Amino acid sequence: MFTIVRREEMAGGTVILNEIEAPQIARKARPGQFVILKANEEGERIPLTMAETDPEKGTITIIYMVVGKSTALFRDLKVGDGYQDVIGPLGKATHLEKVGKVVCVGGGTGVAVLHPITRALKEIGNDVTCIIGARTKDLLILEEQMKNASHDLRICTDDGSYGHHGFVTEVLKEILEQGDVKQVVAIGPVPMMKAVSAITKTYDVPTMVSLNPIMVDGTGMCGGCRVSVGGATKFACVDGPEFDGHQVDYDELMMRLRAYQEDEKKCHESYCTIRDAR
Amino acid sequence: MADKPEKRTRMPMPEQDPQVRARNFLEVPTGYTVAMAQEEAARCLQCKKPGCVEGCPVGVDIPGFISLLSKGDLTGAVRNLWSKNALPAVCGRVCPQEIQCEGKCIVGKKGQPVAIGNLERFCADYEREHGTGELPPKQKPTGKKVAVVGSGPSGLTVAGDLIVKGHDVTIFEAFHKAGGVLIYGIPEFRLPKAIVAQEINFLERLGVKIEVNAVVGRTVSLDELFEQGFDAVYVGVGAGLPRFMNIPGENLVGILSANEYLTRANLMKAYQFPKVDTPIPIGKQVVVLGAGNVAMDAARTAMRLGADNVKIVYRRSREEMPARKAEIHHAEEEGIEMFLLTNPTRYLGNDNGRLIGMECLRMELGEPDDSGRRRPVPIKGSEFTIDCDLCIVAVGSGANPLLTSETPDMQLNRWGYVVTEEKTGKTTKKGVWAGGDIVTGAATVILAMGAGRQAADSIHDYLTIGW
Ligand SMILES: Cc1cc2nc3c(=O)[nH]c(=O)nc-3n(C[C@H](O)[C@H](O)[C@H](O)COP(=O)(O)OP(=O)(O)OC[C@H]3O[C@@H](n4cnc5c(N)ncnc54)[C@H](O)[C@@H]3O)c2cc1C
Ligand SMILES: Cc1cc2nc3c(=O)[nH]c(=O)nc-3n(C[C@H](O)[C@H](O)[C@H](O)COP(=O)(O)OP(=O)(O)OC[C@H]3O[C@@H](n4cnc5c(N)ncnc54)[C@H](O)[C@@H]3O)c2cc1C
Ligand code: SF4
Ligand code: SF4
Ligand code: FES
Ligand SMILES: [Mg+2]
Repeated sequence: MFTIVRREEMAGGTVILNEIEAPQIARKARPGQFVILKANEEGERIPLTMAETDPEKGTITIIYMVVGKSTALFRDLKVGDGYQDVIGPLGKATHLEKVGKVVCVGGGTGVAVLHPITRALKEIGNDVTCIIGARTKDLLILEEQMKNASHDLRICTDDGSYGHHGFVTEVLKEILEQGDVKQVVAIGPVPMMKAVSAITKTYDVPTMVSLNPIMVDGTGMCGGCRVSVGGATKFACVDGPEFDGHQVDYDELMMRLRAYQEDEKKCHESYCTIRDAR
Repeated sequence: MADKPEKRTRMPMPEQDPQVRARNFLEVPTGYTVAMAQEEAARCLQCKKPGCVEGCPVGVDIPGFISLLSKGDLTGAVRNLWSKNALPAVCGRVCPQEIQCEGKCIVGKKGQPVAIGNLERFCADYEREHGTGELPPKQKPTGKKVAVVGSGPSGLTVAGDLIVKGHDVTIFEAFHKAGGVLIYGIPEFRLPKAIVAQEINFLERLGVKIEVNAVVGRTVSLDELFEQGFDAVYVGVGAGLPRFMNIPGENLVGILSANEYLTRANLMKAYQFPKVDTPIPIGKQVVVLGAGNVAMDAARTAMRLGADNVKIVYRRSREEMPARKAEIHHAEEEGIEMFLLTNPTRYLGNDNGRLIGMECLRMELGEPDDSGRRRPVPIKGSEFTIDCDLCIVAVGSGANPLLTSETPDMQLNRWGYVVTEEKTGKTTKKGVWAGGDIVTGAATVILAMGAGRQAADSIHDYLTIGW
């Protein structure tokens, strides 16, 4: 068992942080890599990016949004409980390079994934601006951490309750207008990454995105995670999860992410019913 | 003993009714009784130069175990089997007997060969259900540590052989459960998972340690295993890279590799969804591409999950179908249709990106190709459409580069498989052996086990004598 040693709730309990004992993984993990977790015998294998690792303590930290049955089940795990299986580190580590001015754009729990990458980009000497967004102020996560990880933090909310009223893409455009941006990193909901990539393409700024297709094994043996990048099929779990944002077929990714929608809904609803009855 | 033995017909294997079993996951053949097994055993002529043994890749002493079975010494029979084959309950069920042992049985020249697979299975099952479970004797500890990467039949064989020779053995498995294809690939109705679990439990009782969730190449590298104090490493990671057709529309929702489909069904038990959390697509009109064992398993699983119809689409003819005869026969009994000499050219989808059909071409057989099989060539203008909402691609698999690409000093051939020395399984990297599908390409359980046994002998020599 992989024991949970710390648990926090964010964004009004819709986003959960777990710090988990996994010394072998903590030792090897690099920014951008993910793990697959399975709560119990009947559980599903769920990929989540490591938001933090502590090789000395032997722990990894995940931050996830509760969206369906499996993440709801994860939410119910307390400190001292654990995951039956944690597998990793998986995927390629982020390619980090000193290029000059970098803009990191994060939305939703993508901010958690973005955090270690942002910090690493700053550490190697880039000038890092960060734009993070959420629907509303209460759903914003890791504001303090992102402030520390970057030189300049911009905040956007869809409803205007905090920071810029509007989308991250609007702020991004302003910054790109000023010129000099050498690299953009965008991690968040697929429509956000699609919109960011469309804009950066017009400014011809290289853009890296992190893709989240449905996965099973995470080791390249099932092909369930395939995505189209520059017209070629890639397995996101081994060839990614990070890709050139200008080459990704986002519409295909969105369709593939909906593959099990009906089943997932039923599964989640029945879990909530059973849980509420207890 | 009225009839001469060779005149008797082969004892049929009792099976679940096709109509019933096509909708459940219980094992299809229900097994011989003692009386049935002994009656079948009596058909063996106890040849002095048995062809059957030549046909078995690991040289099981077939007349020997059959004779013990005839005498009622079932423990003796199973021990005899074990001496050549660590997993008789598995091999009895899944070996392609018709081209191996049974294909060379003298009785088969005039009639039906002795049912060697069924008898092997019977002995192993009997021991499992009635035996004492007594462990074989172990030699005294050598103090040497061996890491086995991958827990398929090949890795399990190496582990079992080396633990009794006194070495300290740890298996590293990427998945959360041990067993390789025996667990994630071959379905319950053909190989009950309880049998595999018991074999693995047997190894654990012998002292083999199993570390699941250990992706070698990621969680730990081969070189780190040596740093951790292992003296030798066996690589038996299988051929787990799915091949696709590379035709337009392949990423539509509803097209899965057989690896994904069977992993969801078997390892994740998705056929019990929503009792378990992993979903699996339920197809009403299902097409399976390919005609090997993997294709048959996928097709029969789809039928059990409630398909209205399931079609096997294969570009060659019946003679070339690589699946075991029994699987093809069982599949057809269960209502699976064969669309032979048919090749898909593109997939058709709707506005939501979901599969609705497939365009195919009819083929005819032309000149023989490199493999000696007549090459299928398309018939001009023969395009037609098959409606389908689920397509499972079972056209073969390749070498997964996850571990090998992290191990540059281990030589690969041009297809990415590990190069090994014949007879020993030694790789070009000192202290590292390899065998099974990662060396041969997708093959069979018994070949993977045979390679494991050879490597285990060589590893033992290395640990006791030197490289
Ligand atoms: C490499 C990678 C890293 C990720 N990192 C994070 C992270 O750090 N934080 C976070 O909140 N989320 C992350 N995700 C997404 C997360 O895996 C899904 O939200 C989760 O699997 C949903 O499972 P569920 O059963 O709770 O919801 P469900 O109701 O079953 O599914 C909700 C939606 O999640 C997606 N999904 C379902 N099953 C899977 C699966 N097995 N693999 C991937 N996606 C699936 C589908 O689009 C589905 O419609 C990541 C995904 C990938 C591939
Ligand atoms: C659906 C299906 C049906 C089949 N039916 C038959 C049949 O009827 N008869 C027959 O003889 N053969 C059959 N085969 C073929 C047979 O199963 C294989 O030839 C055999 O399992 C190969 O054994 P192996 O030990 O080499 O590898 P595998 O059984 O593939 O096991 C390899 C193991 O290594 C693990 N692994 C991979 N990479 C790593 C890593 N980096 N670190 C740690 N672990 C790793 C995998 O998760 C897996 O558990 C079938 C195959 C399939 C897929
Ligand atoms: S191991 Fe396979 S080939 Fe050998 S005797 Fe048994 S069933 Fe036949
Ligand atoms: S060839 Fe057939 S008859 Fe002869 S020993 Fe083998 S199984 Fe018996
Ligand atoms: S998740 Fe199976 S190949 Fe990527
Ligand atoms: Mg789910």
